[in-house]
Amino acid sequence: MSATTTEPAHKATISSLYARNARSVVARGLKATKSTNWVIVLSGFFEPVFFLLAMGLGLGTFIGDVELPNGTSVSYAAFIAPALLAVSAMNGAVYDSTWNVFFKMHFGKLYDGMLATSLGPLDVAFGEITYALLRGGVYAIGFLTVMQVMGLNLAWTAALAIPAVLLVAFGFASVGMAVTSYMKTFQQMDWINFVMLPMFLFSATFYPITVYPGWIQGLIKALPLWHAVELVRGLTLGVLDGSMLTHVAYFVVMIGLGLAFTTVRLRALFLD
Amino acid sequence: MTAPVIAAHGLTKRFGDFTAVDGIDFEVPPGESFGLLGPNGAGKSTTMRMIGAVSQRTAGDLTVLGLDPDSHGPEIRSLLGVVPQEDNLDTELRVRDNLIVYGRYFGIPRSVCATRADELLGFAQLEEKRNAKVDDLSGGMKRRLTIARALINEPRILMLDEPTTGLDPQARHVLWDRLFRLKERGTTLVLTTHYMDEAEQLCDRLVVVDKGRIMAEGSPSALIRQYSTREVVELRFGSERNAEAATRMAGLVERIEVLPDRVLLYAEDGEAVLERVTDLGLHPTTSLVRRSSLEDVFLRLTGRSLIE
Repeated sequence: MSATTTEPAHKATISSLYARNARSVVARGLKATKSTNWVIVLSGFFEPVFFLLAMGLGLGTFIGDVELPNGTSVSYAAFIAPALLAVSAMNGAVYDSTWNVFFKMHFGKLYDGMLATSLGPLDVAFGEITYALLRGGVYAIGFLTVMQVMGLNLAWTAALAIPAVLLVAFGFASVGMAVTSYMKTFQQMDWINFVMLPMFLFSATFYPITVYPGWIQGLIKALPLWHAVELVRGLTLGVLDGSMLTHVAYFVVMIGLGLAFTTVRLRALFLD
Repeated sequence: MTAPVIAAHGLTKRFGDFTAVDGIDFEVPPGESFGLLGPNGAGKSTTMRMIGAVSQRTAGDLTVLGLDPDSHGPEIRSLLGVVPQEDNLDTELRVRDNLIVYGRYFGIPRSVCATRADELLGFAQLEEKRNAKVDDLSGGMKRRLTIARALINEPRILMLDEPTTGLDPQARHVLWDRLFRLKERGTTLVLTTHYMDEAEQLCDRLVVVDKGRIMAEGSPSALIRQYSTREVVELRFGSERNAEAATRMAGLVERIEVLPDRVLLYAEDGEAVLERVTDLGLHPTTSLVRRSSLEDVFLRLTGRSLIE
């Protein structure tokens, strides 16, 4: 974009970006889920459950207990279950905000249609993210129920894992949408998986971060999934300290940056 | 005279160094069916997007229903119905839900959307498809559904970008009939097309656009009268001999156009000209006398054919 000084800059106000009608976008998502892809949505619930069964119970019998930094020991299943919950929140939010959005943007032309109505880009972004969070919330409740049945929730604070997971999902969804707005081809989309998989494997998901040398620990701690895992794990195991607030703050900042970025990008893409 | 529903003065859109719309002026009075005719890439769709408040102008003035799209985008969009060039129906929703959900985007109450959706399904002749999947509809049905969807907010202006491109002749006629009914009800239509017959069927008045500029303006018949003759003789001699034949026929009519595949002779009385061609000893492989169309107007104005 080149701007010349001789022409007046046509500046858009917030009212041209947001019509306070994100709920119609959420309603659309629910209706679409109901009429076409509820089976796919349902399948998302089982993925972390399968992981928990295979690794927590299966592999866990070989591993035994894990010692926490505060000296207490917990079963391997109780150690990885909250991490799997955090991972599923991340995967769900990232899938919804990247692949789903990518498809709607480039093939379904869904957003072109939406933005020809009174809706602004912010309505679309909020609506799509809220829908993703609703879905993530349902998964989280389901998975926490499984954990409860299996006796893996060791403290009452486990209930707080639900809002924590929504916060995590919000962070990933808002950044995911911003990143997707730059993607033009399927090949570029594959890079998302390239980032996600190592983050999933190495973010203290399956063993304590203390196994790493100091500099790798620093690297891991810069990534969002580590904060998510630590936050959720602290809540379900009842190991709380001041670092919880750091994790929350990390995601609040991530949400803010992601949303600002997404709005700018959607504006550039659809209201040129 | 009533105030125009759309007024553009010096309307310009640049993308970097490329000027897509180059200072065009036009006004559309309420109830008129107004067309933008031109080849692909002429700047028609860009103009439509600026009127639809989804693209900001680089320079010039534009008001839509008395409002400036830069500052009143959402208000303007709530008063327009938009039928884009490419169908962007929601394939994850059923036919009727497409209408209702779209109405909800405008903040229209659900019950009102439902009532209107049923009316519009009737108008679009899609009652039997109300619960069908969008992907199972034919091309013509999808277009009619897109038009029905654009009417869910009872728009003051209906904008149609290439409404019948890609449809078979029968589906086009069904669509024209529906649009004609809207026109009779007093809906203001703004449409772009690169089909002359479509412009002649639907437009009260049109502008011929080429390379971002307006070349001419008027009703279809007035444009034909002004820029062409009553009749046209189309002759084919075979691609190698067209030019040579044209030189020999030079004196017969005021204007001859030599196209790659045929020669066009512009005349008031086509049959008489055709006789004189035969008198010259020329024997075209095919010959046709027809009425002048907007295609001829475009050729005259730009030296190029509308569909290349």
